[in-house]
Amino acid sequence: MTTDRTLLVEDLTLGYRDRTVIDSLDLGVPPGRITAIVGANACGKSTLLRSMSRLLSPKEGRVLLDGREVHRMPSKELARTLGLLPQSPIAPEGITVGDLVGRGRHPHQRVLSRWSREDDEAVAAALDSTGTADLVDRAVDELSGGQRQRVWIAMALAQRTDLLLLDEPTTFLDVSHQVEVLDLLTDLNRTLGTTIVLVLHDLNLAARYADHLVALADGRLYAEGEPERVLTPETVEAVFGLRSRIITDPTSGRPMMLPIGRYHASVETV
Amino acid sequence: MNPSLSTAPSTATLRAVTRGRVRRTRRRRTVIVALAVLIVVVFALTLMVGRTFYPPGDVLRVVLGHDVPGASFTVGRLRLPRAALAVAAGLCFGLAGSTFQTMLRNPLASPDIIGISSGASAAATFAIVVLGLSGPTVSVVAIVSGLAISTLVYALAYKGGVAGTRLILIGIGVAAMLDSVTSYVLDRAPEWDLQEALRWLTGSLNGTDWNRVVPVVIALALIAPVLLSRANDLSLFQLGDDTASALGVRANLTRLIAVTAAVALIAFATAAAGPIAFVAFLCGPIAARLVGPDGSLLLPSALVGALLVLVADLVGQFLLGTRYPVGVVTGVLGAPYLVYLIVRTHRAGGSL
Repeated sequence: MTTDRTLLVEDLTLGYRDRTVIDSLDLGVPPGRITAIVGANACGKSTLLRSMSRLLSPKEGRVLLDGREVHRMPSKELARTLGLLPQSPIAPEGITVGDLVGRGRHPHQRVLSRWSREDDEAVAAALDSTGTADLVDRAVDELSGGQRQRVWIAMALAQRTDLLLLDEPTTFLDVSHQVEVLDLLTDLNRTLGTTIVLVLHDLNLAARYADHLVALADGRLYAEGEPERVLTPETVEAVFGLRSRIITDPTSGRPMMLPIGRYHASVETV
Repeated sequence: MNPSLSTAPSTATLRAVTRGRVRRTRRRRTVIVALAVLIVVVFALTLMVGRTFYPPGDVLRVVLGHDVPGASFTVGRLRLPRAALAVAAGLCFGLAGSTFQTMLRNPLASPDIIGISSGASAAATFAIVVLGLSGPTVSVVAIVSGLAISTLVYALAYKGGVAGTRLILIGIGVAAMLDSVTSYVLDRAPEWDLQEALRWLTGSLNGTDWNRVVPVVIALALIAPVLLSRANDLSLFQLGDDTASALGVRANLTRLIAVTAAVALIAFATAAAGPIAFVAFLCGPIAARLVGPDGSLLLPSALVGALLVLVADLVGQFLLGTRYPVGVVTGVLGAPYLVYLIVRTHRAGGSL
């Protein structure tokens, strides 16, 4: 099961008032794959993701989902195809896991005839998939950071979209939970064919999990493609202003970046 | 953890999900029915008790339009419009208050704290005392100023986005200024009695007649369905504006409709009963404790509002020796809660 939804960014310029954050950017998201967007702080990666999910209107250019402009699509229709998990979603005080995940069904519901068996099934499947079924009656604010993030992903899963965009889903998580969340997203991609686009700040995790790596520098596309091609010392220098070595991760076979600071110039010369 | 992802859930999980949802729906339904029943009971009680007690039979006959000597005047002309306004204004305040609180994710962001009720009240007083207006025109003036004040508060609080705390602090300041406008205008009208002045300062149902009730009821009938049809969209704002948009809520449109509708409700209710202190502020949190955190609070808050105003008016009239206007009673209830809320969020290190 793979979806062939196309998400294209055409000549996109984004900004707030007179400040330009993204400057005439073109990008194609490969369908059915995992795309990671990386870049330095304030390079515009979250802004780009927000605009791709229509939270931010473009100053120029457009975002096309299957050839239709997302900023002109009916909002519920878009929400049935494309989901977004923002960086810091808010859990209302005392809300239960079951109810929070159920909110993901909103785009599938009408004002009347609210709740169907299909809704219950989607919620239950999302809980099963994220390993949060045992938490269904717990309050979200009692959960650990890792559990909470899985619950939010469950909410996005209950939305049953073919594309899922996530803004730094691993921030504030310790390393084991970061890996857990990224494994979960890979499961989702492999089993359901969901196209995944995520903003990540950890370059090495991005290179490990992404099929397609997008590097932004100062609001422009610096490089995109397979991690092996994109993650080079030149990219790291241009994007982060950091000297580095790239080796092959012995576990995954993917490229891995080792930073060179001022104190640890390498023993063997680069 | 190696979950096998699929669209078919395990039966145990499905059963747990359904059970949880049914339980939440049932609790909600129970609370709504109980509140509605209580409103009817207290409403009936309000019609019966007073200086003269009329048995339920007499009251029912008056309500049905029969002529009952004595009761027709006392119940039909004095008590019935008063009780009707209590319910209508309570519904308006409850709905509008929880709309603002839900949308801005802060119990302090209710229209009576951030200056909107004060704006409507100051405008209504000004329209009546200085401009000599009356009837629906007063409501119109109140609505326009309510909207203007909410725009002003929003504009003053805007600084690359609206932070909740800034909006609330500015609102409190604006409310204080507007309250002094009300006091000043009332001061210029020496022929007014204290009762009338209290209506515009704390809210009162004294001297209510049908002319005052009808506009509120009409406004409620037109506006409440609009707000309630948006209840689910609004409750998604609790998850953050971005999440709400991602779930298919048209955030800007929903906000515009909700603010306009809520301000109109506040203005109509205020033009008729004055800014009944803290009702808009109290309903949402009370309703949240009754129905739990899940689902929309709009309808439960509206019902809590109606019940609160009815009970407070009954208490103010008959239980305290002197007859106090309803706003004095709700004020006594609301002020400590406001202090508690500020202390609690401050301790928790919250933004306010």
